[in-house]
Amino acid sequence: MIQHMEVGAVVLRTLCGLYSNLVTRPTGQAVRGAIEARLADRATPSLTILDFSEVRLLDFSCADEVVGKLLLQHSRNRSEAYFLVRGADDHHLEAIEQVLGRYDLATVVLDSDGSARILGVVDDDARRAWHLVQFHGRAAADELLLELGGSRERLVAQLDDLTARRLLVRSDDDYIALNMLM
Amino acid sequence: MSTVITVPPSLDDSTFEQVLEQYSHVVDHEKLLIDARHTRWASPYGLTALLALGATRTEAPAGFAGPEIDDTSSYWQRAGFYRYAEELFELHGSVPRGRQGASDSNVLLEITPVEKSDDVHAVVERIQAKSQSILVHELNLDPQATMRFAMTLSEVCQNIVEHAGARGWVAVQTYRWRQRLLGRRVVVIAVCDAGIGFRKSLETAQGRKLSDRWDDAMALEDAVIRGVSRFRDPGRGQGLAGVRRYVGKWDGKLSVRSGTARIAIVPTWDEDVPLTENLPHFPGAQVQITIPERAEAR
Repeated sequence: MIQHMEVGAVVLRTLCGLYSNLVTRPTGQAVRGAIEARLADRATPSLTILDFSEVRLLDFSCADEVVGKLLLQHSRNRSEAYFLVRGADDHHLEAIEQVLGRYDLATVVLDSDGSARILGVVDDDARRAWHLVQFHGRAAADELLLELGGSRERLVAQLDDLTARRLLVRSDDDYIALNMLM
Repeated sequence: MSTVITVPPSLDDSTFEQVLEQYSHVVDHEKLLIDARHTRWASPYGLTALLALGATRTEAPAGFAGPEIDDTSSYWQRAGFYRYAEELFELHGSVPRGRQGASDSNVLLEITPVEKSDDVHAVVERIQAKSQSILVHELNLDPQATMRFAMTLSEVCQNIVEHAGARGWVAVQTYRWRQRLLGRRVVVIAVCDAGIGFRKSLETAQGRKLSDRWDDAMALEDAVIRGVSRFRDPGRGQGLAGVRRYVGKWDGKLSVRSGTARIAIVPTWDEDVPLTENLPHFPGAQVQITIPERAEAR
């Protein structure tokens, strides 16, 4: 199930149209609360697109409350909730990246040209594996191994870790890029 | 009989220490007059720190005599100083006429109180409207700098809301710095409060073990350099870390004074020292950020 969530619209709805700037922790807590409320009655697995295109400003504290704690919560709960960030400017991404670094988290960002990338903490080998899945859209470990080389066991461990971190979706033997689900 | 504290002719973060040196000998119930009659110029730090000083007087408000020079006093009025000085001091002499916030292109943000989160939103809204053209066209920063500047301002103001336990003030101004930087323009953010300060704030952290060397300087190092917060939540303490990164990117200067110490992230164009200890005690936290015009674009 795909959920498209304009973060700016959530702000406006939850805070009565007061803020187009996502600043301060109380604002971030309110926005995260609204996102969580919308997610609560969704079937899993779910894909939620966090759309920042209507957000003018995002400071570090608010990024921590909206993105950091949202992803941390779902990571801890091992819930089948996947998230994509899109419509984010450079300064949004700087704040989000700093926050993700604190929690050792990562997320997938869709750039304006439609390409996807990982933002946050992922080692180089895992990042290469992720990019290859991204390139194919969907691939099994054995197909990826032909291109990446190395140990199969290690590659599967990396792909499973990327799946556990909700950066890929696994379906039987295939690993699927998140944006393929849109 | 009042004790008189003389405000220097030029009041900035450095010369404000002269005010604090005099103030350190004053006891709270003593009658006090802050004499700024001969002050000709004040930075945003000077003005907001004066207000913070006024806020420390819990027993009896200090008297305050403002600048005698019309240009100076009317500038202080336009910058919003008297609006809050009236609440904190017994004003001596005439209060200059003029409207706060009247068009003064150098004042990016007139003195604004910060106490709760809504105040931070108001500050951010106002600064974005006015800072774009100055940051981009006068300081030659890239257009994205406007957002990063507002983020910086938001985070330093939130320190008051989250940690000070008292009202503070913020002001932002641009001017040409004649003493340094070959007369380049700078934009200066000052955020001053007279709250509990960094040391006490960190001491309230649950389970925190304090070392033998624990003092204001160490508290500042923890908070500003290591991103430590009184909250155990690992997501905390990111604001100042982000501010440090942006200030570094702009070749700017960040200084934070709290209690008896002052820490600074010093760029190459400045000769300040990274850490100063044993200063006269002053409660709360006083933050200054100086961002210079980009030289290569001139």
